[in-house]
Amino acid sequence: MKVPFSWLKDFVEIDLSPEALEERLFSCGFEVEELIYLGKDVENVVVGEIVSCEKHPDADRLTVCKVDCGARGEKQIVTAATNVFVGARVPVALDGATVKHEGGVQKIKAGKLRGILSEGMFCSGEELGISDDFYEGAEVNGILILDENEDLGSDIRPIVGIDDYIFDIAVTANRPDCQSILGIACEVAAVLKKPHGGFLPPSPYEGAPTDVGFSVEVREPALCPRYLGSFVKDVKIAPSPRWLRRRLALCGMRSVNNLVDITNYILLEVGQPMHAFDRRYLRGDRIVVRRAEAGEKIVTLDEKEFSLTPDNLLICDGERPVALAGVMGGLNSEIREDTTEVFFEAASFARDSVRKTSRALGQRSDSSARFEKGVYPVLPHYGMQRALWLVQKLGCGTPTDKWFAPNFCDVQAGDLAKKKVRTSYEAIDSVLGIRVPKEEVNAILTRLGFEVSDMGASFEVSVPLWREDIDGYPDLAEEIIRMYDYEHITPTFLENATVTHGGLTSAQKSEEKFKRAVQHRGFSEACNYSFCSPKEFDLFRLPAEAPERRAVKILNPIGEDLSVMRTMLMPSMLQNVVRNVRRGNESGRLFELANVYLPKELPLKELPEERRHAVLALWGEGDFFDLKGAVEGVLGDFGIKPSFARAERPYLHPGITAEISAGEECVGVLGELHPAIAEELALEKKVFLAELDYAALREVFAEDIVYRNLPAFPDVRRDLAVVVDEKVTCAELEACILRACKSAVSAELFDVYRDPARLGEGKKSMAVRITFTSGANAEKGLTPEAVDGFFRKIVGNLSHLLGAELR
Amino acid sequence: MEQFETIFASAAEEAAKAETSRALYEVRMQYLGRTGSVTALLKGMREIPAEERPAYGKKINDLRERLEKMFDGRDAEVKERELSARLREEAVDVTMPGRKCEEGTLHPVTRVRNELIDIFSGMGFEVFEGPEIENDYYNFTALNTPADHPARDMQDTFYLTDEFLLRTQTSAGQIRLMEKKKPPIKMLSPGRVFRSDDDATHSPMFHQMEGLVVDRGITLCDLRGMLDEFARTMFSATSKTRLRPSYFPFTEPSVEVDVSCHLCGGKGCSLCKGTGWIEVLGAGIVNRHVLENCGIDPDEYSGFAFGMGIERIAMLKYGINNIKLLTENDVRFLKQFRD
Repeated sequence: MKVPFSWLKDFVEIDLSPEALEERLFSCGFEVEELIYLGKDVENVVVGEIVSCEKHPDADRLTVCKVDCGARGEKQIVTAATNVFVGARVPVALDGATVKHEGGVQKIKAGKLRGILSEGMFCSGEELGISDDFYEGAEVNGILILDENEDLGSDIRPIVGIDDYIFDIAVTANRPDCQSILGIACEVAAVLKKPHGGFLPPSPYEGAPTDVGFSVEVREPALCPRYLGSFVKDVKIAPSPRWLRRRLALCGMRSVNNLVDITNYILLEVGQPMHAFDRRYLRGDRIVVRRAEAGEKIVTLDEKEFSLTPDNLLICDGERPVALAGVMGGLNSEIREDTTEVFFEAASFARDSVRKTSRALGQRSDSSARFEKGVYPVLPHYGMQRALWLVQKLGCGTPTDKWFAPNFCDVQAGDLAKKKVRTSYEAIDSVLGIRVPKEEVNAILTRLGFEVSDMGASFEVSVPLWREDIDGYPDLAEEIIRMYDYEHITPTFLENATVTHGGLTSAQKSEEKFKRAVQHRGFSEACNYSFCSPKEFDLFRLPAEAPERRAVKILNPIGEDLSVMRTMLMPSMLQNVVRNVRRGNESGRLFELANVYLPKELPLKELPEERRHAVLALWGEGDFFDLKGAVEGVLGDFGIKPSFARAERPYLHPGITAEISAGEECVGVLGELHPAIAEELALEKKVFLAELDYAALREVFAEDIVYRNLPAFPDVRRDLAVVVDEKVTCAELEACILRACKSAVSAELFDVYRDPARLGEGKKSMAVRITFTSGANAEKGLTPEAVDGFFRKIVGNLSHLLGAELR
Repeated sequence: MEQFETIFASAAEEAAKAETSRALYEVRMQYLGRTGSVTALLKGMREIPAEERPAYGKKINDLRERLEKMFDGRDAEVKERELSARLREEAVDVTMPGRKCEEGTLHPVTRVRNELIDIFSGMGFEVFEGPEIENDYYNFTALNTPADHPARDMQDTFYLTDEFLLRTQTSAGQIRLMEKKKPPIKMLSPGRVFRSDDDATHSPMFHQMEGLVVDRGITLCDLRGMLDEFARTMFSATSKTRLRPSYFPFTEPSVEVDVSCHLCGGKGCSLCKGTGWIEVLGAGIVNRHVLENCGIDPDEYSGFAFGMGIERIAMLKYGINNIKLLTENDVRFLKQFRD
């Protein structure tokens, strides 16, 4: 919300500097995002009168002028401008001055131009940062020629209207009443403890609309709670006076003509969007506010045509649409050069209806933006009064009656009775935790426009009509403390509260432990968006029917690349790897623990399952078995001994992929990225990926540690090397050994060796270290003879079941 | 007798030749082992007449003691030499690079999240995580933000259907908890939130930490007391807070909470843009409607809530200047957040 300092002063006497006011506004809840001094870049520029002009002796295009700068003395200025003449009063930038220049600041220094001393520079409107809306002639090509009555030697800034400040104020969503100069003025008055001249409640409307042979019918009172109309006759369309144009310009609005400018001025000052129709084009002497029919069309002022639906509210005359309610007027009834009679509209439209129309059609305006924030029903009345007053002030038409008793067509005024809140001073204190003196409470609320009836311990307020956000004592408590000052809030530490036991649940602790366990194995934690591109599924070569493709879609994504909720974590992790490799990070280890989103049905009928997954990636250094070792280690920390079985996934190397199981349950997959995908991504390094179903793992986490007795006698270890067919896996070998002998507790592979010449084609030698134990309750240790017996049995079984030969 | 001396002399000679402790051991065994020559002498005792046996036996024992002493002496010599040879051989270029055994790191957001949980669980807060995909009711309506409420425009929401959306605030978790649990409540709700905002300073996904206290007689002063404690632990022992009015639909009064700049101590610097204060979180007294929506009597109980962006805290704490770094997952970035 842009608020010019000078405009604010129309309504409230301000004896503070703009900076001090900024602080006061901040403390009462209005953050000034930017305080702009319009004359910031213009320094040491004064009014001067040209007393002589002579041609430069050595340059055809330059003129040497003598300028009388009053108290600043007579200066010699060399200029290239052609619109200067003797007797002209012009802005003179003296030695050391600054002016605006191509979006920046230019410093002016005295110096010689082609041998002749120039003690400064004449300024154009552009160099002062102004348009015609600030000063007549500011936009001419050349030097700004000032009015001949401007005082010589005086600072140019007040003269051209840039000795002013703009407060760019952040207004919170609960205060649509402060989306106007007047609204802010009320706050300023309250915080400075001053009276203000605006926002006096409008005189209540009395009597029925005068019969002017014109009717207004609102068919959708819910979407248009209030509609006011008024006629202005004898209209003379002309440019607005400069003061008005300047104010519009300060707030970033373009001047059109006096009548249209009045509506915009009211929007800014009062916060009421208005529209002016040319009476000539309103057919049938009536206004109808109704929903559009499906396919009905309207062409708005900016000459865009829209095809409408019943969601869009229309302002129609007796025959056709003439405005898109709250958004923009129709081209068919716009104000023209020769307009002589105007129908002013000041209405209140439901914010949601305006927002829907504006979004659906992609058509926004200052008016729609204002309605979306909320226009309370008392505002049209005030806006209309102010508009008609302006018409008279500008002398650009005749309201059909005197402005203070205008010929309103006030439809659906509704009940504008003030809300009452009854509470106690104690209730206010109970929210704040401090005692605010009763007199302060009353004074603050009164300054904010509340009428307070003090009834001893309790009090009742009637709420100003523009404060729709107030509905209970906590709201009043906020009003009081923001004016009383938050510094009165002294810290206490839950003096009345019950002691509670805090901390993480065991499931939450497990998650922290899991992250730590992965981190300790060299993996750094990544964080990726919960959404990804549906193209990832293609990259991962997932078939059309793959469950991973059943992803929840975002209706309004940032872009296609972030449009579906993840069903697996690997794709974003792979993107991370690619980014790292492209940045020259040749090796690394990353992990992420995050949710995937698994819909029970699509489109969603209930919340999807949010299932925690973990993904690990490793590239550059290390291979499949490093990643596998990490996974085994992490699961081992949770008492899980996973098993691995050869598996296939379309996105992993068909020969280097394993499904991970814990007990019967599949809990994940592990493998090398498919070389075809690596090639597609121009990855020269091998990438190894594992995705774990953390939610399934959590089910099998060993919660408690149960101590097992140590074996009574030392374990015995024996190495065994066998020659087997290439297809025999390590897991098969291990299982066969452990099944053959109860005393064998582990069989760990430590060597694989291939030599077609010595072992035969398609054969390999596998060496395992077997550990035998006598158990915790054994009476005696294992004798060499006993172990020999186990060994023979194992060799027998291996030979029988796997065709293994002892080496 | 001479026989003994010969044995000793040859043992000494062989011992002197043995260069390794292994070889020396073998020599020792030749003389003193189970099948060694001294043992053989002892076995031959039975052929000695009984009256000479004690003297003979003593001589054998003397010999054995001399031999053991000699072998021990030689052993010490050999071992000494072996050790110094080994030490020489094993010497390495200690300036060569160490073998890598790097730990990974936790993401800065996780670190700050853990730190926050630490601070507040010490004050009796439990941690509750609600779903990331929410329905309209929990994310908005129950938080006093009905369909046409102006506050809905404050946040750009990602919708999945008319009803389901990506939660825009962890406050949604407040309602789920309060539906299940009655006061006293002290809850933290950390997690991912989503807003359709993507520019230099906004990320469409970030993390929030929501805090909620509901009990009898909770006031704005209690909120300030707790946040003071938080600021001192999180930023610096001398941190101060400043409250200023703000607006959230689910709290009334609502405040923005600024913390004095930990970098300059409040004097004004580039981090705090010269103001001495840093905007850290939003908070307020829980709106009565919100309590009512959860079946908690607002005349009996009151509470406060606060919410902060974890990324923001992490950026302030570590001096990270670009929010995008937090989701790029560049290992050079992540590895800086070592334990």
